[in-house]
Amino acid sequence: MATQVTVASTERVANATQAKVRVEGVEVIFDRDGKRTEVLDNINLEVAEGEFLCVLGPSGCGKSTLLNTIAGFLSPTAGRVVIGGEVVSGPDPRRIFVFQERGVFPWLTVEGNIGFGLFKLPGEERERRIKYYAHLVGLEGFEKAYPQELSGGMKQRLEVARALAVNPDMLLLDEPFGALDSITRLTMRRELLRIWHAEKKTIIFVTHDIEEAVQLADRVVVMSARPARIQQIVEIDIPHPRDISSTRYLELRDGIFEQIGIAHKI
Amino acid sequence: MSALSQPGKWEKFFWPLLTGSVLLAIWYYAVVVTKTTVFPMPVSVVKGTVELARKGVLLNYIGDSLHRVAVGYGLAAVLGIPLGLMLGWYPAASRVVNPVIQMVRPISPIAWIPLSILWFGVGDSAAMYLIFVGSFFPIVVASTNAARNVPSIYRRAGRNFGLNRASLLAKVVFPAALPQIIIGLRISLGIAWLVVVAAEMVAVNSGLGYLVMDSRNSGKRYDLVVAAMLMIGVIGLGLDFGFRWLEKIRSVRWGFRQES
Repeated sequence: MATQVTVASTERVANATQAKVRVEGVEVIFDRDGKRTEVLDNINLEVAEGEFLCVLGPSGCGKSTLLNTIAGFLSPTAGRVVIGGEVVSGPDPRRIFVFQERGVFPWLTVEGNIGFGLFKLPGEERERRIKYYAHLVGLEGFEKAYPQELSGGMKQRLEVARALAVNPDMLLLDEPFGALDSITRLTMRRELLRIWHAEKKTIIFVTHDIEEAVQLADRVVVMSARPARIQQIVEIDIPHPRDISSTRYLELRDGIFEQIGIAHKI
Repeated sequence: MSALSQPGKWEKFFWPLLTGSVLLAIWYYAVVVTKTTVFPMPVSVVKGTVELARKGVLLNYIGDSLHRVAVGYGLAAVLGIPLGLMLGWYPAASRVVNPVIQMVRPISPIAWIPLSILWFGVGDSAAMYLIFVGSFFPIVVASTNAARNVPSIYRRAGRNFGLNRASLLAKVVFPAALPQIIIGLRISLGIAWLVVVAAEMVAVNSGLGYLVMDSRNSGKRYDLVVAAMLMIGVIGLGLDFGFRWLEKIRSVRWGFRQES
C-alpha cells in the first residue's frame, strides 16, 4: 500500500517526541445489511502528550469514526490504538469524549452534570471540583440551573467542565462547536485554548472547519473522502494568540484549502 | 383583552365556572322541559350526595376505592417499571417476552373478573388484582419504549465516566426515560380508575363502583347513581391533576413540551 509508506514517513518527521497516542494500522469496515462500507483505511497516527491535534476532513469521511475508535466506543476491524502504553479496549474516564452540546444530561443541574463523574470522590472534594470547574468555564452563579435554561454555548461549556472535572489525560472533541452560532463559536475557541493552556491536556479535535483547525491546532491531520486515509499532516507553527491575518496563517490555511480541493476533485 | 397578553387571574376561575354553570343550566332545563323520569334533577343529585356523606358512606367508599387503586396500581408500577427498563435495555429479553405481553395486553381487565374471583374469592384482593392486570401492561410497554428511546449519546457518556451496568441503568437510563415513564404512568392511572369501578360492581361490596350498582339495585335511587358517577369523574380528574403537577418537577420537565 503506497499510502501507508508516505503517511508513516510524514509522521515520523512531525513527531519525534514521546507519543501519548499511537494509532496503528486502524481499519474500520461497517457491515450493514450485507453491504460492506469501508470507513477507515489503514490509519497510522501519533499524538504527543499535551498536543492539540485537529482532524479535518469532508463531512461523512469517517473522522468521527476515528475519534470513536480512539475513545474505545468502537473496536477497529484491524489494527489497534495504544494510549500510554495500553491497548484501548473500551471507554475510560482518563479520556473523555465531548459531544455537541446535546451530551449534557438534561435531568441534572449544572452542578449535577459537573459532578457526574466524581461519584468515587468524598463529598468535600466533589464540591471543591464542581466549584472550581464551574468557575473555569464561566458558569458560576448557574450551579442550580438546568441545561434547558442555558444557551447553546453555556451547554457546551458545561460539557467541557463535566469532562475536565474527572481530570482526564485527554479530551476527544467531536465537532463540539458545530451547532453554535459563529460569534459564540469564536468565543468558545478562545475559551478552549485558555483551558488547554491552564489544564495541559492532550486534545484531539474533530472538525470540518478549516479556519477552526488552523486557529486551534498544533498539527492538522487532513483526511481524504471515504474510505478515509490520512492525506497530509500540517504543522501549524504559529504561536498563540494567533494573528489570523498574518501571512503564515493565510499560507497554511490556503495550503489546506488546496489539499481539500484536490480531495474533492478526486 | 388582546391575544398576546397573559390571561388574568380571574379568568383561570371564570371560564371553568361559566362552563360548569351553563352545563348545569342545560341539565336542569332539559329535565324540566322533557319532564323525564329516567334522569334526576341536579338538586336531587346534590341532596343525594349530602345524604351519602351524612351516613358516612361516601368517604368510606371513596377511601375503599382509592385504597384498591393504590395497592393494585402501586404494585403494577413497582414491578412494571423495572421490568420495562430491563426489556428496553436488553433487546434479546424483549424478543422473548414481548410476544407474551402483546398477546395478553389487549385482553380487557374485565375479562379477568371470573378468574380473579376464582383465585382470590369475592373481596378486595380480586379487585386489586384486576387493577394490577389493567395497569401493569401499559406501564411495562411505556417503560420499555422509554428505555429503548434513550439517546445512545447519554449511555455512551455514562460509560465514558466509568459507570458499571447497574449504575448506568440507575443514573442514566432511568432518569433519561423518566418523562416517558411518567406519561405511561399517567395513562395507566386513568385505566386503573376505570377498572376499579368495573371491579367493584362485581367483586366487592364497597367502593364507588359498588355504590353505582347498589343504588340501582336497592330502590332504584338514580339520584345516588348519578351522584356516584359524578364523584368518580371528579376523583379521576383530581388524580390526573396530580400527575400534571408531577410533570412540572424540574428534573423531568425537560422531557415535556411546555412553554417556559
